[in-house]
Amino acid sequence: MTTPSVTAERPPSTRGKSRVSALLRALARRKLALFGLAVIAVMVLLAAAAPLVAPYPYDQQLADGISLDGAPLPPDMKYLLGTDLLGRDLLSRLIYGARTSLVIGVVANGASVMIGSFIGIVAGFFGRWLGAALMRFTDLMMAFPAQLLAILLAALFSPSLWIVALVIAMVNWVQVARIVYTETRSLARRDFVEAERGLGAGMPRILLRHILPHLFPTLLVFGTLGISTSVLLEATLSYLGIGVQPPIPSWGNIISENQSYFGSAPWLVFFPGIAIILLALSFNLVGDALRDILDPMQKGRH
Amino acid sequence: MAAYLGRRILQSLLILVGISIVTFVLLYMLPADPAAQVAGRSASPAMIANVRHELGLDQPIYKQYFRYAGGLLQGNLGRSYLERTEVTTLIASRFPATLQLMIGGVICELALGLTIGIIAALRRDSRVDQILMVTMFVTVSSPQFVLGIILLYVFAFELGWFPIGGYGGLRHLVLPSLTLGILGAGWYGRMMRSSMLDVLRQDYIRTARAKGLSRITIVLGHALPNAVLPIIAMIGIDIGNFMGGFVVVESVFGWPGIGNLTWLAIQRIDIPIIMGVTVISACAIVIGNLLADIIVPAIDPRIKLK
Repeated sequence: MTTPSVTAERPPSTRGKSRVSALLRALARRKLALFGLAVIAVMVLLAAAAPLVAPYPYDQQLADGISLDGAPLPPDMKYLLGTDLLGRDLLSRLIYGARTSLVIGVVANGASVMIGSFIGIVAGFFGRWLGAALMRFTDLMMAFPAQLLAILLAALFSPSLWIVALVIAMVNWVQVARIVYTETRSLARRDFVEAERGLGAGMPRILLRHILPHLFPTLLVFGTLGISTSVLLEATLSYLGIGVQPPIPSWGNIISENQSYFGSAPWLVFFPGIAIILLALSFNLVGDALRDILDPMQKGRH
Repeated sequence: MAAYLGRRILQSLLILVGISIVTFVLLYMLPADPAAQVAGRSASPAMIANVRHELGLDQPIYKQYFRYAGGLLQGNLGRSYLERTEVTTLIASRFPATLQLMIGGVICELALGLTIGIIAALRRDSRVDQILMVTMFVTVSSPQFVLGIILLYVFAFELGWFPIGGYGGLRHLVLPSLTLGILGAGWYGRMMRSSMLDVLRQDYIRTARAKGLSRITIVLGHALPNAVLPIIAMIGIDIGNFMGGFVVVESVFGWPGIGNLTWLAIQRIDIPIIMGVTVISACAIVIGNLLADIIVPAIDPRIKLK
């Protein structure tokens, strides 16, 4: 074995504070990432404080929220983003819709990262027939058209918020599993893990102290990018009518409720559409910046 | 080469068998009862039981699967529960519409994506590059239905250049293809940019430049053919992934293709159609991956087969 440089093989410090603040500073230097972070922060605040900041209840059919001939109202001073077909305030519905998107995005993606890393770590670390079997199963899932599978599952199980999140997780874990598997496998063969094993360290210790900290950057990147994918998938399922069901507002179901009127009331499609794109874009921007910062392999390639 | 091919084909076949089993089991475990669906809303329990027997749904799952797999080997995907027609006939009748969309979508995404990627790479780190990169980020963050509806609103409803959805000639094809194309262009553009940047750094480009070749000759004659290789691999993978997207795009544009057929079948729990479409899409994905693995080393001798 050639002499590997000690510094390159050293596991990263698990003392996190300075690393986290370094990460944040690196993020803040990138304009696009900063924009993404700001949008996410605003949406999270709005969603958390929805009852306080929404001008009207999301499900109230306002008496003056509809024109005399029964058409929705365009944006004006009273209803900032206009009203929908039933005379409900669109802005309030969008603010409550942010809750749906964020909750599903975070829960679904959290679950898919957990499932994916569990399978990836087990397969990569314990190798042998169990690893082979798990990875063949992952290959199999990769050959499934993901969106079709999600549509199928969502349509066939009676939809609820949690089912939708579960369906998204069941479709999205595959990518995570692949990457985590590859990284775990290469980590498990590195010298410092061998050394630790030689010193008599048990599996749990090696996993917790040496494998997981190294996987952290990857998981953070996927944990961010994946929220974008989950938000988009939720919107699509809800648009098709098999995701989040009314009366719970979701940006996707707001569009599908109103799309037959998009010719005369385009704001009912545009504003929720922009909301979906903004949120998905923000997670993509932050995730991409994180990948740039955390992955030294990529440095200098762009 | 032959050994490699043989192993890859065998692997692909195994994956297809696996997918047919997983889908079959998944549909079997459904909470919804297809027999009740077929028998109709006012059917008595006896009638439902009768239908269940007729469809063979009262048999144990492994027997059902083997019957299905036996048919599959002969290219038979079974009969639709509700249409009373062979699934292969149904899918074949919808295939031309979806094929048009697929071709239109691939042309749009390649034309847009490659152009954007090349320009961004050549103007690296300039204002133009930044704007293009942000645009690509926006497109990969847009859901198909939002883009589809916006295109419909602007170009069909307001400007009247194209029909508001429906199936017909070339004019009907433009907006749905653009929808698929604009979204795909984001991925292709980013790949093309980084692939182009990699190639532009190579020694042979420096040599070409030193020989005094014009910029255009270098880019189109030397850099592009090499930079485009990883993109070709991507097309194979992409075509398979199109399948899920068709359900949404065809529903937005009222396009009578396979996506539309699938969506209807899902709503009516017409299991043979759902199975058929899933198996065929999985085939498309597996074959796409296989072709990518075969074609790329064939064009580029530097890439060795393992």
